[in-house]
Amino acid sequence: MAKKESTFRNMVFTLFLVTLFASSALALIYEVTKGPIAEAKRLKKANAIGEVVPAFDNDPGTEVKKLAIDRDTLYFYRAWTDGKVTGIAVESYTYAGFSGLITIMVGFLPDGTLNDVAVLEHAETPGLGDKMEKDKSFDKTSGESWTTQFEGKDPRNYSLMVKQDNGDVDAITAATITSRAFCDAVQRAYDGLLEVTDELDIDAISGSTRRPNQE
Amino acid sequence: MSQWNNFSRGFFKENAVFVLLLGLCPTLGVTTSAFNGLGMGLATTFVLLMSNIVVSIIKRHIPDKVRIPSYIVIIASFVTIVELVMQAYIPDLFAALGLFIPLIVVNCLVLGRAEAFASKNNLITAAIDGMGMGLGFTMALVMLGAVREILGSGSLFGFKFIQGDGMIVFVLAPGAFLALGYLIVIVNKINKKKA
Repeated sequence: MAKKESTFRNMVFTLFLVTLFASSALALIYEVTKGPIAEAKRLKKANAIGEVVPAFDNDPGTEVKKLAIDRDTLYFYRAWTDGKVTGIAVESYTYAGFSGLITIMVGFLPDGTLNDVAVLEHAETPGLGDKMEKDKSFDKTSGESWTTQFEGKDPRNYSLMVKQDNGDVDAITAATITSRAFCDAVQRAYDGLLEVTDELDIDAISGSTRRPNQE
Repeated sequence: MSQWNNFSRGFFKENAVFVLLLGLCPTLGVTTSAFNGLGMGLATTFVLLMSNIVVSIIKRHIPDKVRIPSYIVIIASFVTIVELVMQAYIPDLFAALGLFIPLIVVNCLVLGRAEAFASKNNLITAAIDGMGMGLGFTMALVMLGAVREILGSGSLFGFKFIQGDGMIVFVLAPGAFLALGYLIVIVNKINKKKA
């Protein structure tokens, strides 16, 4: 069989067939993988929530409250046990990172104390800034990682700023910008939490001070 | 040329990374660890194999003047399939490779083999070539990833064997160029001896 000539009709016809087959194949694969992709994303979020709040018996991923703050949106997830709120997970973000957006999951106890923090997404430098991830900075001998210092702290009397800025947080060595950004995201989560205390039905966090406006 | 030769030349004699120097963007970008290199290599191998097969089947029906756009559409489709499947079933690896999966489309290795080899050979030969070239690419990425991971983080495939940090520069971009340069020297030295 001879090769097809490059006439206008042949070219249009060929390209049409090729793109038709390609798009139908993609549509098929998209339909097949749509479910599992959504499931994988849900699982990732649920794992992060489970990491930062105490034990619960509901599905916090389904109870979402949104709050628009600054340039983006915070997401609040409530964890319950026997009808009592045991913790709030806040999906927070910052644009102050060394390379763009960082999203973290911050866990609070109902009285506003920090329970734990987990990193969801970031593009910080491997080996330096990525030490904010728990397993990247985990020290076998002490059993602690960089985020351990946030656990059990009450933002009312714990300044969420690195020590270089007269705060209480030990910055990651050689990654002060990342540490600052991380604190910014945690602080944003706390600010947001204060605004929706009533709607989330948790103990009032009275007497707490907002971060002084630095601008 | 025997089929074995078609398969094996992708590893040393015409290795995509070390000899042809094709597809260097993903090579330098993702090889911060041996495992990332393996994932990227296998994804590329799949695309290479499938596009070689399809191109060699339909080569007679594609008019010469529109062959490149047709090949690119075929390659892009397979890349998107890989992307969706990875996102659905191995989200952790997808998170690590992220941006670089869509970039397989413009990996000149894939288009190069479609254009220079698959469009001139029969199905079996094209499939064997795609497999060999892809696995050779994977081997190169794993080697580069292993070197960078051992020197940079003191671990291999995630198993840490030193306390603390390694030479962090090897995990960063400059280390990729350094390690690749030395590996190219070594592979070319071996190839020269063989010839």
